Amino acid sequence: MKMPMRLLMLASLCAACWTSGVSANPPGAGAKVPGDFGPPHGEPIHAELTSPPQVPPPIHRNYPAKVIVELEVREVEKEISEGVSYTFWTFGGTVPGSFIRVRQGDTVEFHLKNYPDNKMPHNIDLHGVTGPGGGAASSFTAPGHESQFTFKALNQGIYVYHCATAPVGMHVANGMYGLMLVEPPEGMKAVDHEYYVMQGDFYTVGKYREHGHQDFDMQRAIDEKPTYVLFNGSEGALVGEHALKAKVGQTVRLFVGNGGPNLVSSFHVIGEIFDRVRYEGGVHEQENVQTTLIPAGGAAIVEFHLDVPGSYVMVDHSIFRAFNKGALAVLKAEGPENKSIYSGKEVDSVYLGDKAASPAPVAEARAAEASGTLTKEQQIKAGEARFTGTCSVCHQANGQGLPNVFPPLAGSDFLMADKRRAIGIVLNGLTGPVTVNGNGFNSVMPPMSQLNDDELANILTFVRNSWGNSGDAVSAAEVQELRASTKRPEGAAH
Amino acid sequence: MKRRTAGLAALALMALAAAAAAADTQDNPYLPVDGADFRSALSPSGTGAGTGTGTGTGTVHVAGFLLQRHPVTNAEFLAFVARHPEWRRGAAAPLLADADYLGHWQAPDALGPAAPPRQPATRVSWFAAEAYCEAQGARLPAWHEWELAAAASRTVRDARADPAWRQQILDWYARPAGQPLPAVESSAPDVYGLYDLHGLVWEWVLDANSLMGSDEAQKFCGGGALSVSQKENFAVLMRVAMLSSLRARDTGHALGFRCARDLAEPPQ
Repeated sequence: MKMPMRLLMLASLCAACWTSGVSANPPGAGAKVPGDFGPPHGEPIHAELTSPPQVPPPIHRNYPAKVIVELEVREVEKEISEGVSYTFWTFGGTVPGSFIRVRQGDTVEFHLKNYPDNKMPHNIDLHGVTGPGGGAASSFTAPGHESQFTFKALNQGIYVYHCATAPVGMHVANGMYGLMLVEPPEGMKAVDHEYYVMQGDFYTVGKYREHGHQDFDMQRAIDEKPTYVLFNGSEGALVGEHALKAKVGQTVRLFVGNGGPNLVSSFHVIGEIFDRVRYEGGVHEQENVQTTLIPAGGAAIVEFHLDVPGSYVMVDHSIFRAFNKGALAVLKAEGPENKSIYSGKEVDSVYLGDKAASPAPVAEARAAEASGTLTKEQQIKAGEARFTGTCSVCHQANGQGLPNVFPPLAGSDFLMADKRRAIGIVLNGLTGPVTVNGNGFNSVMPPMSQLNDDELANILTFVRNSWGNSGDAVSAAEVQELRASTKRPEGAAH
Repeated sequence: MKRRTAGLAALALMALAAAAAAADTQDNPYLPVDGADFRSALSPSGTGAGTGTGTGTGTVHVAGFLLQRHPVTNAEFLAFVARHPEWRRGAAAPLLADADYLGHWQAPDALGPAAPPRQPATRVSWFAAEAYCEAQGARLPAWHEWELAAAASRTVRDARADPAWRQQILDWYARPAGQPLPAVESSAPDVYGLYDLHGLVWEWVLDANSLMGSDEAQKFCGGGALSVSQKENFAVLMRVAMLSSLRARDTGHALGFRCARDLAEPPQ
């Protein structure tokens, strides 16, 4: 909320009754402003900042304090997707930036440090600050310098902060955003887990999952055509061993932000209904929400109780972003089944896509390939990881397919008869009648050309050596040769 | 075009110093950049000390000038410091250079392993850079001069509309920071024969401090660069943003400079 001070003072004249009963304004403190509980008490407190997905502990304080926040800007190269690196600009070394938690009425002394090896000047616009620019002009900082400014956290709520240095879009697109929670004076209701999740869209010169270091693509950003849409700045940030964790019977509170720069998020958790949503980060609650809209530069607080164990997949329900641009995260709930609520069928295999399996074998295979020591066994393991979720959705995890709909791969005469044809089908898709093991199928397989040569080689090596099949390895070079010599519709996916 | 220092005595001193510095300039000669009516990313009123004259149409006239072929190197700056001990690290007044001034040099009069001789001189304040140039009978280029020169590609004088050229510049910003700087003239020269206007270091300009008045700092924040007329030219915006974040005593790990001269002045 950024109300010019003059307006705010006017408002306070006729709205003094807004101030909470907790107000501790000493005499002579001047005109009352809603949310201003007077000067800070006690010793200054150094705010504990946390990296996502962690949230600092609740405050439990009954007086306004002076809180010192020290945030360091770091320009870092990190993985945006498996095998793909990107130069992120960050608040605190992570995307999103460090989580800041203060209490309404606190006086916040903010220190923004720009690490000396950084290339860029940076600043910070905190949406929770009342004052022109939200601190941006006061915090404009060259590399190797530090800025300080002070504000009073007048309004409770969950607020986005972001860099606002020109070109603003590029700074935000590179990951310069995070959340600040201003707790109400009485604190928030206790829950079992609090987590920090923030969506952002990313624009790279190379295609989705194209390996190597990828540079920022300004034109794609202007066109609002992201290569990646991600939770917490990386495809792997909140899946596999990094999935959020909770137990059946517990209540989870998510602070969900959207840094943008461009897209609005339709935030949804598959298999859950939000019991409560403080939509737009405001003070009002909505109940029983399936999907909540989070604007770019906005945030929400969602809470839900876990009744059934399993993997709950968070998505941007603009669903191509989830399955084709990376907007997937997982919350794993452990505990006893409750078949009266849900039969217990695992959701992972359908919804998780290829994120269900550990990416470790894929990374191992890539390293081995780079060093020229790739074995067929490594290829099979890496291929299995990619097969799960991508191919298994139709051909099934056991390779049996579905009778009359999806042909089997297990013991398949059609698959094993012609290696080159098999590569071509995965690359370019297949439409029309085929006969597999004596049974006719007439269906459509979309091209899987969005997968890289080595991924396709590994998948084919896996299927040609599983479930009773036995064949030689498929090399990335063979896939590359076919890719170069055949045509396919671009951008085809699952 | 107006010099900041004036007076006959100063001129005489500068002539002497210029002769002494001639050795440096042989390796880093001043090359001509033709004058032009130039569409600047900054509105003419946005700059104070710039040499550009506003025409009221967003275009500025920049007179022809001379610009050094590459950013001043550590070796060149070492030679300057040797002749001007008042600009050694530790000797320069804190008002004129911050605590990190030449901080990567092994000693106030020695470069050492962290400052290779052909690497651009960095961690130099505006005051020190301007003093270096004045010792050569030169000055820092004004923003509009630097912008005009930096608009060139290998083949044309104004490549700013070329998306590939722009992306090349943006790629430098996208590359991780904190790695040792390459030597000057490691990449190809532009159409003027100038090197490294992009892709190596930030460079001081004469009017860095007046690119935006203090009340105009807002224009780079929040609402975002409202005064900047070519919003798609982010590459230029980055320069302006960087320069306007600095005070004249500040130094930076990737902040260097090169010198300019008026065309009218006879070079030596």
